[in-house]
Amino acid sequence: MHAAVIVFPGSNCDRDLAVAFERAGARVSMVWHKDTSMPEGVDIIGVPGGFSYGDYLRCGAIAANSPICRAVVAHADKGGYVLGVCNGFQILTETGILPGALLRNAGLKYVCKPVDLTVTTDQSAFTQGYTAGSTITVPIAHHDGNYFADEATLDRLQAEDRVAFTYARNPNGSARDIAGILSDNRRVLGMMPHPERMAEPLHGGSDGAAMFSGLVQQLADA
Amino acid sequence: MKARVHVMLKSGVLDPQGEAVRHALGSLGFEGVEGVRQGKVIEIDLAETDAAKAEAVVNEMCEKLLANTVIESYSVELG
Repeated sequence: MHAAVIVFPGSNCDRDLAVAFERAGARVSMVWHKDTSMPEGVDIIGVPGGFSYGDYLRCGAIAANSPICRAVVAHADKGGYVLGVCNGFQILTETGILPGALLRNAGLKYVCKPVDLTVTTDQSAFTQGYTAGSTITVPIAHHDGNYFADEATLDRLQAEDRVAFTYARNPNGSARDIAGILSDNRRVLGMMPHPERMAEPLHGGSDGAAMFSGLVQQLADA
Repeated sequence: MKARVHVMLKSGVLDPQGEAVRHALGSLGFEGVEGVRQGKVIEIDLAETDAAKAEAVVNEMCEKLLANTVIESYSVELG
C-alpha cells in the first residue's frame, strides 16, 4: 500500500502521519505543496495537521488553492482515498471535498488534550478496525475545530451514517458533537483529533493505530 | 481602482469572537451593547479601470478564495 503525505509550509504533523502509515506497513512518499501531481500508484493521500500558510485568511483556505490540492481533488473525484487530520480536515472542507466548515472553538481557546471519541460507524476503511459504539482516546490540538454545517447537511450526514467519530464530551462547540466525517463514497475522512499522535504505547496510548492498520489491510487487498 | 471587500460570518453562524468582544465592552461599562459581530476587511488594488469588470472579478475572487460561502457572506465596495 502506497501512501502520499503532503507537506505544506507550516505543516507540523506530516512526519507523525508518515510514521503512523509506515508502522502499519505502508510505503510513504512525502509530496511537496508545489508539486502538481501525485507519485505513480498512490492508494491514499494523507493531508496532515499543522498551520499551513500560517492559517492566513482562514484555516486551510490558502492550502486548498495550492497546486497539489488540485491533485488531491482529482484523486478524490476518481474514488481515491484521502485522510485529512486537523488542518487537513480544514483543508478538505475548504476544497469542497467534504461538506461544512471548521469555526473558531466556541470557548475561544486553543484546546490541546486527549479526548474520548465514540466510534460512530465501522462501515469504512478508516474505522473497520474499531467496533461501532466503542470509545477511543485520541488527542486534539486546535483553535478552529468547531464543526459547522447547515441543519440539512447535518441530517444527511447522520442519515447516511457518515459521521465517523463524535466527542464524548464536546470540547469545541461542534455541531452534534461531530469530530470526523466521511465523504459520500466513504473514501475520504476528515477529523480534528490526531490518530497519528496516539498510535504506539510511547505516545501514551495506541487507540489511533487501528485506523492505519485497517487502511493498510483494506488497500493492500484492493 | 480600489476594491474593499467586507467578509462577515453569516447571521445564523455563532461568532464566539464577537461574543467575547460584547462581554468585554459590557465589563468596561458600555451599556446597551446588544450584539457584536466581528468580520474582516480586505483592500485590493486593481489595474482594472472599468467598474463593472472590476466588480465581476472581485466577486469571483470572493467566491473562490476570499470568503468561505458555507459560513461567510461578503460585500464589495469599489472606489
